[in-house]
Amino acid sequence: MVFKHDVLIVGAGLAGLRAATEVAGKADVALFSKVYPTRSHSGAAQGGIAAALGNEEPDSWEWHMYDTVKGGDYLSDQDVAEILAKDSIRAVYELEHLGVPFNRTPEGRIAQRNFGGHTRDFGAAPVKRACYAADRSGRVMMDTLYFEAVRKGIKIYPEFNVMDLIVQEGQVAGLVACELATGKIHFFHARSVLIATGGYGKVYKVTSNAFASTGDGLYLTYKLGIPLEDMEFVQFHPTGIYGLGVLISEAARGEGGVLRNNAGERFMERYAPTIKDLAPRDMVSRAIFTEIRQGRGVNGEDFVNLDLTHLGEKKLAEKLSDISSFVKIYLGLDPVKELIPIHPTCHYMMGGIPTNTHGQVLDLHNNPVPGLYAAGECSCISLHGANRLGCNSLLDLVVFGRRAGAHICDELKNLSWVEPPPAPESATIERIRRLKERTAGDKAVVIRQRLQEIMTTECSVFRHEETLKNALTEIRALEDRYNRVSIDYKGDRYNTDLTDALELEHLLALGEAIVACALARTESRGAHWREDFPERVDEEWLKHTIVQKTNAGVSITYKPVSITRFEPKPRAY
Amino acid sequence: MEKQFRIFRFDPEAGGEPHYQSYTVSARPEERILDCLNRIKWEQDGTLGYRMSCAHGVCGSDGMRINGVCALACQKLVKDYADSVEITIEPLPFFKVLKDLIVDMDEFLARIASMKPYLIPAEPPPEKEYLQSPQDHKKVEDVIRCILCACCTGACPVMRGENPDYVGPAALVWAYRFLYDTRDGQFTSRLEKLNEPDSVWPCVNYFECTRVCPKEIPITKSINMMKREIKKNLPNPGGE
Repeated sequence: MVFKHDVLIVGAGLAGLRAATEVAGKADVALFSKVYPTRSHSGAAQGGIAAALGNEEPDSWEWHMYDTVKGGDYLSDQDVAEILAKDSIRAVYELEHLGVPFNRTPEGRIAQRNFGGHTRDFGAAPVKRACYAADRSGRVMMDTLYFEAVRKGIKIYPEFNVMDLIVQEGQVAGLVACELATGKIHFFHARSVLIATGGYGKVYKVTSNAFASTGDGLYLTYKLGIPLEDMEFVQFHPTGIYGLGVLISEAARGEGGVLRNNAGERFMERYAPTIKDLAPRDMVSRAIFTEIRQGRGVNGEDFVNLDLTHLGEKKLAEKLSDISSFVKIYLGLDPVKELIPIHPTCHYMMGGIPTNTHGQVLDLHNNPVPGLYAAGECSCISLHGANRLGCNSLLDLVVFGRRAGAHICDELKNLSWVEPPPAPESATIERIRRLKERTAGDKAVVIRQRLQEIMTTECSVFRHEETLKNALTEIRALEDRYNRVSIDYKGDRYNTDLTDALELEHLLALGEAIVACALARTESRGAHWREDFPERVDEEWLKHTIVQKTNAGVSITYKPVSITRFEPKPRAY
Repeated sequence: MEKQFRIFRFDPEAGGEPHYQSYTVSARPEERILDCLNRIKWEQDGTLGYRMSCAHGVCGSDGMRINGVCALACQKLVKDYADSVEITIEPLPFFKVLKDLIVDMDEFLARIASMKPYLIPAEPPPEKEYLQSPQDHKKVEDVIRCILCACCTGACPVMRGENPDYVGPAALVWAYRFLYDTRDGQFTSRLEKLNEPDSVWPCVNYFECTRVCPKEIPITKSINMMKREIKKNLPNPGGE
């Protein structure tokens, strides 16, 4: 059966939902989600959404823009950061008008709190810019937009795994998806496709990301020869629960929590004298690793403590209740009285599918691919540069999700229906058949766990030519092993064994891209820290990495950064 | 330590009858039940079907029945079942089983949608935000924790027994969330909807939903509050 919609949106997290609600009523739009839409990973965002509302103290969008650029270690495209900072205020009011239950100030306005890297007067002191709903900000925003999509009657295909993007003569013709409930493969004819599939933290062993965060959308375009941008920039969130990687929101430090080493010292005072524990995530994660490496991990082990004991029971219950419950459930600790063992956890990918400010996907020559869009974490609009600030992600999703939706509507009149090739689903069917027919070979889990291990030991917070080269060799060997991977379950219904194996192909390709780009960038910037090249070198490296899949592996080129208002300066906090 | 699991299996495609299958996994006490399921699936039996995603009680995918009690597999630890020789895992009751532990969520979500779970303000929005006092915000603070995991609905004896058409606790949590949002302008029409025969009234205070809610939402109390609100405000309260 052939399905037909003007616009297909892949991924029903916040970016996909916001784009869909923008298109609804103007064109026939359908949303695809590999999981049920309300399971998408935007829902795991805890701390809040940044906007210079100035509800708690004076603030300005220019300070927000500056913080975003400096937070990104000057790799952020400044025209993009300007759009974000200016539009943030409208975007947050819009969410509030739709019903997002933000916490309130005594005057009844949206409450705001401190967050890492957000400052007043261009870095003078922390500013309260994060609008929040306790520590479940992403979840309530996603539920609000999900039910908004339901209200608008948007067609949703839940538990449909999109497996192929069909591009004919350079223009989008549709996509191929597997209905997980039946295993049936369908072609969906469309004029425009938006990819909004989120991140790929599952490349790493310890991550705050969901199991579904496997970078499927990036691989859809990457395998077609569309490049990826800035893949070496991987954010490690400083405060993952030790051993598990479950996120403890930066809001914990925004509300006054501090990090302590084995001596009980508030060590961030040494690394970021002005804003201390509220330094950007890349700096705090490096500081934690440094403390551990220099023997100041707690009990000689590889963790430090997050101290919330001085915040009091009331504040924890009102503003940090989810994280308090995580700590109780998984560690058996009471954060009111006890210190929380933490260790950095892979959290967010700055790199992704290159787009312009309308969300149009850009090819190797920087030209838009007609009908193809990307938004959210899977995209690289080049907003977050080398390191994203907390609370800028939810904002990115709603600001640029909406812009992509609006541009899609504008462009539809210029897009004809492209005739698909005969049997567009045949490549996908063949890919599945090969996996199911194979009787001997590694199970996906063996290869996946090895990949995650390599990425974590060789390409995380600190990097070095030697370890990166090892990683690249190992990943290529794993890619070879992947060609012999086999699955147990040969049936059709909810074949998650098959899904696991398919996703592994994505993870391997993205892991390779991350390592190759990290190896090529012989400087340190933002989240990319090379021990063998510890300086930022603007003369040579103030440029975006562009990586393309080739038969021999990858090829890497570069493109310039947009600098409009803020000349790069040394980055101190 | 070695832990025994007895897991409900059903694959309509294979044509077999529902049955239970036993597995033994080695697991540390502080590991999640979900970690054990993953180990079974990845290392022993790839045919096992269940949903999961975030693995820390936020996405709501892995609601199931563990030793007879509805819960999230990612929020229960092996040590929580230290006294059990064998841990029994079954799909959420009441729901139609699609495969093994995977159930059909469509009807569940449709019942929630029937409550119009979105803001319908009386007036067009102001230039900035709607004003709402912290006290008014507090009225919905508990119910906004809902993650749509359906544990409450699976646990509800009314839905399983006397009235399968009962809209169910989760739908009522979402009704409450908008009934008491001071920005909403549909108080009376929402109350009228709640006064329908299969809405609040079939609840007879078993408290099972409240007991199992992984987010500790006082569900039964919220339903009772809405019942009182109906009696106070509508001329024709149902129930009696």
